[in-house]
Amino acid sequence: MKAEQISVFLENKAGRLCEVTGVLAEAQVNIRALALADTSDFGVLRLIVDDTEKAKGALKKAGFTVGKTNVLAVEVPDRPGGLHDILNLLQSSGINVEYMYAFVQQSGSNAVMIFRFDNTDNALKVMQANGLRVIDGKTLYGM
Amino acid sequence: MIYDIEYETMPREALEAIQFRRLKATIDRGYASVPFYRKQFEAAGITPGAIQSLKDLQKLPFTTKQDLRDNYPFGMFAVPMENVVRIHASSGTTGQPTVVGYTARDVDTWACLMARSLMAGGATRGDMIHNAYGYGLFTGGLGAHYGAEKLGASVIPVSGGNTKRQVVIMKDFGPTILTATPSYALHLAEVADEMGVSFRDLKFKYGIFGAEPWSESMRGDIEEKLGLVAVDIYGLSEVIGPGVAMECYEAKKGLHIFEDHFIPEIIDPETGEVLPYGETGELVFTSITKEAFPVIRYRTRDITSLNPEPCICGRTMVRMNKVSGRSDDMLIIRGVNVFPSQIESVLMEMQNVEPHYQLVVDREGSLDILTVMVEVSESMFSDEVKTLQTMEKEITKNIKDYLGVSAKVKLVEPKVIARSQGKAVRVIDNRKI
Repeated sequence: MKAEQISVFLENKAGRLCEVTGVLAEAQVNIRALALADTSDFGVLRLIVDDTEKAKGALKKAGFTVGKTNVLAVEVPDRPGGLHDILNLLQSSGINVEYMYAFVQQSGSNAVMIFRFDNTDNALKVMQANGLRVIDGKTLYGM
Repeated sequence: MIYDIEYETMPREALEAIQFRRLKATIDRGYASVPFYRKQFEAAGITPGAIQSLKDLQKLPFTTKQDLRDNYPFGMFAVPMENVVRIHASSGTTGQPTVVGYTARDVDTWACLMARSLMAGGATRGDMIHNAYGYGLFTGGLGAHYGAEKLGASVIPVSGGNTKRQVVIMKDFGPTILTATPSYALHLAEVADEMGVSFRDLKFKYGIFGAEPWSESMRGDIEEKLGLVAVDIYGLSEVIGPGVAMECYEAKKGLHIFEDHFIPEIIDPETGEVLPYGETGELVFTSITKEAFPVIRYRTRDITSLNPEPCICGRTMVRMNKVSGRSDDMLIIRGVNVFPSQIESVLMEMQNVEPHYQLVVDREGSLDILTVMVEVSESMFSDEVKTLQTMEKEITKNIKDYLGVSAKVKLVEPKVIARSQGKAVRVIDNRKI
């Protein structure tokens, strides 16, 4: 049920992000979602793409440092308090969210959020036990 | 003023007679009591008896910093440990710093040389010396301290750091002589300024600055900002510490080498050939009075030239010009010696960190800033920013712990560090010295 995310190390300087998107365009990889975390010196770009291995290979070949992590794509009811209910559940189950960001496409009438947990397996169990819909990787990449 | 008028103004012929006598004794003792020197001599096919004149010194092999490291810690000592009263060491990483020892007589010799130096730099009995050289394994603090006491001056052993407190002491005690690294002297002036204390209104007359390279323009800057006469001192722990050579305040044009204790040579760093006066090359020293740690033709890696012209101060000893560079990759950061290889071993010892690095040195205001750029390899990369930041902090801490120097660590993308002919450019020094 997990989804794969690739992460790329970037120095904080002009044009770097553009180079990443350029490499992916060249490799015919479609970006499904993305989030950037940065400090004053460097940033970490996280991406969900339609073909993880292809993207990783192309970026590595272009000289980038690339990592791969498991994340969960979770359906969030598109209404006030929808996200809060999920975070509340995680909080009471003692699960930490390392970071999260929104997926571009909706799943039916629900929004989709990408979550990175300190313990992904635990988080998955809690989600499923509480009837939350976790979208598996294959479905996600093709959405 | 001249502290030791008999020796410091000795005619050349008399000086050379003394030098030769002392050199013979040093070589005999080095050969007899330091296995390293015996092996060196034997490998070169030379016995101490072959040294018949000062010029014959050129027949002897050189001693390098690596030789000292290979004999870590006490292999180069020429006396039994019960005769050693003091041990100093240069900065080193987990492996080998260079360790030097002193007999009671060596400590006294050194104190006399520092008394000479302080007086050549304008200090005398009745002066109060604010000694901001670091005390400890580094020879700067204790070297200047003993010299000041020998001279009969009052010494404030304030050591390095705690700059605001130093400014208060300078204001309240009214010292007349400042001993510090030149960059720390400028830093003191900046901090004093921030505290609303005008350095020029303090009682300083002379400043004796060394332990790192500094230029004539920096001298002008210091004299202007600090309102004192700035003179240059030279030394290295392997030879004795500070007090190997000293500029006189009268001429401020080159540093008189105390040749009755150290014989200087200038060599071509590539071929080892001895160069005549005036030519620029690597400075080599042979100590001729030291008991515990004699050095024979020690390569300092400092680049300079020698000037035998008479000096207006009356000293007859040859002058070395300001050190203009190094023949190895050593950097001096705020008075601390840093070799790129030391940074490399710090990185190698850390899990997941690969030793792809580059050192960038800048001077911001008056302080040296060392930035260590470390390439992020796949094994150390994480999608979490905090993991990367923790790694940056850990590298910074380890560098500080092992080398005693504060560095700014910056993570960079792979291959950012320029590689010329397959060899990484390890050091970029942007300081204009």
